Amino acid sequence: MSNTFKLKKGFDIKLVGTPEHQYVENFKSSTFAVKPPDYNGIKPIPKLTVAVGDEVIAGDQIFFDKPNPDIAFCAPVSGEIVEIRRGEKRAISEVVILADEKIKFKDFGAEHPDRISEESIREKLLLSGCWPLIRQRPFNVMADPTIKPRDIFISCFDTNPLAPDLEFTLRDDMEYFQTGIDVLDILAAGDVYLGLNGKLDRSLFSGIRKAKVNSFTGPHPAGNVGVQIHHAKPISKGDVVWTVHPYDVVTIGRLFQKGIYDTSRMFTIGGPPVDYPANFKSYLGTGISYALENNLKEDNVRVISGSPLSGQKLSNGQHLGAFDYQISVLEEGDFHELFGWMLPSYGRPSLSPTLPPVELTSKVPFVKKVEAFNANTNTHGEKRAFVVSGQYEKVLPMDILPVHLLKAILSKDFDLMEGLGIYEVVEEDLALCEFVCTSKFDVQETLREGLNMMLEQG
Amino acid sequence: MRKASFLRKQVDKLKPYVENNKLLHTVFDGFDTFLFAPDETTESRTHIKDGIDLKRTMVYVVLGMVLCALHGIINIGHQHYNSLGLYPNLTDGLMWKAIYGVLQFIPAFVVVHLVGLGIEFFFAAKKGHPIEEGFLVSGFLIPLIMPPDLPLWMLAVSVAFAVIIAKEAFGGTGMNILNIALTARVFVFFAHPTFISGDECWVSPDYNLLHTIAGVKAHTLNMLGLDRVPFEGGWKSLIVDGFTGATPLGLAAKGGWDSVIQNYSISDMILGFIPGSVGEMNKILVLIGAAFLAFSGIASWRIMLGMLFGTIVMGILINIIGGQYQDNLFLQVPWYYHLIMGSFLFAMAFMATDPVTGAQTDPGKWVYGFLIGVSGMIIRVLNPAYPEGWMLAILLLNVFAPLIDHVIVNRNIKRRLARVRQS
Repeated sequence: MSNTFKLKKGFDIKLVGTPEHQYVENFKSSTFAVKPPDYNGIKPIPKLTVAVGDEVIAGDQIFFDKPNPDIAFCAPVSGEIVEIRRGEKRAISEVVILADEKIKFKDFGAEHPDRISEESIREKLLLSGCWPLIRQRPFNVMADPTIKPRDIFISCFDTNPLAPDLEFTLRDDMEYFQTGIDVLDILAAGDVYLGLNGKLDRSLFSGIRKAKVNSFTGPHPAGNVGVQIHHAKPISKGDVVWTVHPYDVVTIGRLFQKGIYDTSRMFTIGGPPVDYPANFKSYLGTGISYALENNLKEDNVRVISGSPLSGQKLSNGQHLGAFDYQISVLEEGDFHELFGWMLPSYGRPSLSPTLPPVELTSKVPFVKKVEAFNANTNTHGEKRAFVVSGQYEKVLPMDILPVHLLKAILSKDFDLMEGLGIYEVVEEDLALCEFVCTSKFDVQETLREGLNMMLEQG
Repeated sequence: MRKASFLRKQVDKLKPYVENNKLLHTVFDGFDTFLFAPDETTESRTHIKDGIDLKRTMVYVVLGMVLCALHGIINIGHQHYNSLGLYPNLTDGLMWKAIYGVLQFIPAFVVVHLVGLGIEFFFAAKKGHPIEEGFLVSGFLIPLIMPPDLPLWMLAVSVAFAVIIAKEAFGGTGMNILNIALTARVFVFFAHPTFISGDECWVSPDYNLLHTIAGVKAHTLNMLGLDRVPFEGGWKSLIVDGFTGATPLGLAAKGGWDSVIQNYSISDMILGFIPGSVGEMNKILVLIGAAFLAFSGIASWRIMLGMLFGTIVMGILINIIGGQYQDNLFLQVPWYYHLIMGSFLFAMAFMATDPVTGAQTDPGKWVYGFLIGVSGMIIRVLNPAYPEGWMLAILLLNVFAPLIDHVIVNRNIKRRLARVRQS
């Protein structure tokens, strides 16, 4: 039966330009990319199996990770490889595909997961490009195909600012979702757990079979799968669990029902400078320029792949990350504000009671409540030594001492990191800690350093 | 990019002139970021940030103390004239009292900031750091917790000691183990004890240069019918018979509650127009400050409540023990009167809640506050030399705060280990 977890800690950031259920047909990108850096744990220079100019169809292998040649990373669309972008130290950052007008899919053969062996299910996932969509904790790396995870966790709602409403975006795909769950249930040693939005009376996902259902209520990060794992069945030393995003469950479901690697899914574009925040359909690694064209109120903006709390800044022509489902746009906050630290001239989200959600106006009574914030990328203060205590704890609904964990990372104390629960968190879980920090400390970067240190230690 | 304002352009024009000098640049940067919130944008994974920063946090602490400081200023003047037998009612000669108080307070305030900020600026420039805001609070606190009549050079030396030894030696703001303001006070306490304890230091009898210039001195002499200050004994010889500069705690230590109540009524103690350290006298204003800090989330209500519980528990215990020793009158003072005597409330609101030197875990804060309450009462009542305990209690618990946190952290680790064993 379903358990309900009522989480109290956390913070919902309401931003202007949150996409509701508007759907736009013609945000269609012509380019798509497969981005090796999205997949934690693979080598920075994977072995490419295509070259610029090659024609591929959706499901064709693009590259593989040299230590794990069995895992294919595949093209999400059919078309021509137009560019291979490299970053620092010649690491491959993007393999760009110019998509065909009509996407052609490679046929992997439809099969009912119950009728084939677990071995052949794994093989099918590895071959078709679906495998890299499964992530493994601790460390949030690509799933290791040689192991059977303790459990598999799926969060069925997203509490990030500007995030898509999965109840809306997945409403036509539940059949595939069920098949995906059937597949994952076979892969897991234990169970498949779904984390449902407890605020809803009836969820799309409540009728799903072969999965254990937990409901979560509370502010962000209640929708983070890491938080849900912590409450449902925490990761202890030696445990390995997998996490899959519902979109990727659907992709896996399609592979088994239709025999194709079809990553089509609904993305959102939103944020204060966006004229028309909306949902649009595209494939994994979609280009962003179409959704941005003629859709911005101003030029000086930052485009983010993913949530404003834990996403990656995108420069012109880059593509959305493999595990990002939203394009967030924010005004760059590169301007000075007279006495901004004392007398803010515009409303800004804050957990501090010293900054109530109000804005000054010229009309009596001169203040008005801010329902949604016009947040920008200003840091609202400079970096400082760590002074204020008890802030991080207010936004982390987990039995973890975030400050002490981060201090353990800074002092490279492996035993302490392990003792304080580094296996249970990934960057996005501590994103709000970074948001609230008075001293503007880089929480997520430090945590990733710690996770990488632990990974290297084995 | 939004358009820069006229004022902003002027500030930007100044910038090239200070680029080459480290100290100038640091100071310029300090004032620049005070005037304008900087134009820095986020560079890490979190693209939006909470509006709160350290400047705002620190200024809120100062705002919490402003009323206490205003009361302290009036009270300096009130006690001064009272000791001379003039203007016995509070509202009599309020203007003269205020002028006297302001001119007595300002030199202390200026000296504290000149010395403290000077050292801060120097170290910031040397280390290439921006100026951190910690001294905003320390600098405001220090004049409030000192006696009104402390010689300025002692103030300067104590501030220099506190900032250099207790703070910069450990790495600056956020790195100190001991509370800076209390370190300054404890320095005076041990180096010049007669200036900060006893019955005579809590009222300021003298006139300084500013008073003379402003005509306060001439006004007082005129009222006393004198043409100059007596050569022998100076102003102190003019203090009227029967005026006592003793604090309630000083009286309680010697003669118990009866002795206190003979000199001061309970409303005197609550309203705070009696001798004592500058800022901590009016209990109502201190409570307003405490509530302001607690509700604005700036200071930890857990520490405040923990300290209140600790004080009450230890106060009751002391009363019970006191039943065995009827001749020790201080033990007999009912526990609830301890809450309005001395600097308990001020220490609870502004001193114990220092987030840097206090416990940092939520359960640890309860323990930390509670233990301050307990040890503060022990030092206050059971210590024969000095009838106040919060300064030493807080400094003592500052040292133990990391240990308290260590226990809490270990409990978290043990819970996690127990889970592994269970499965």
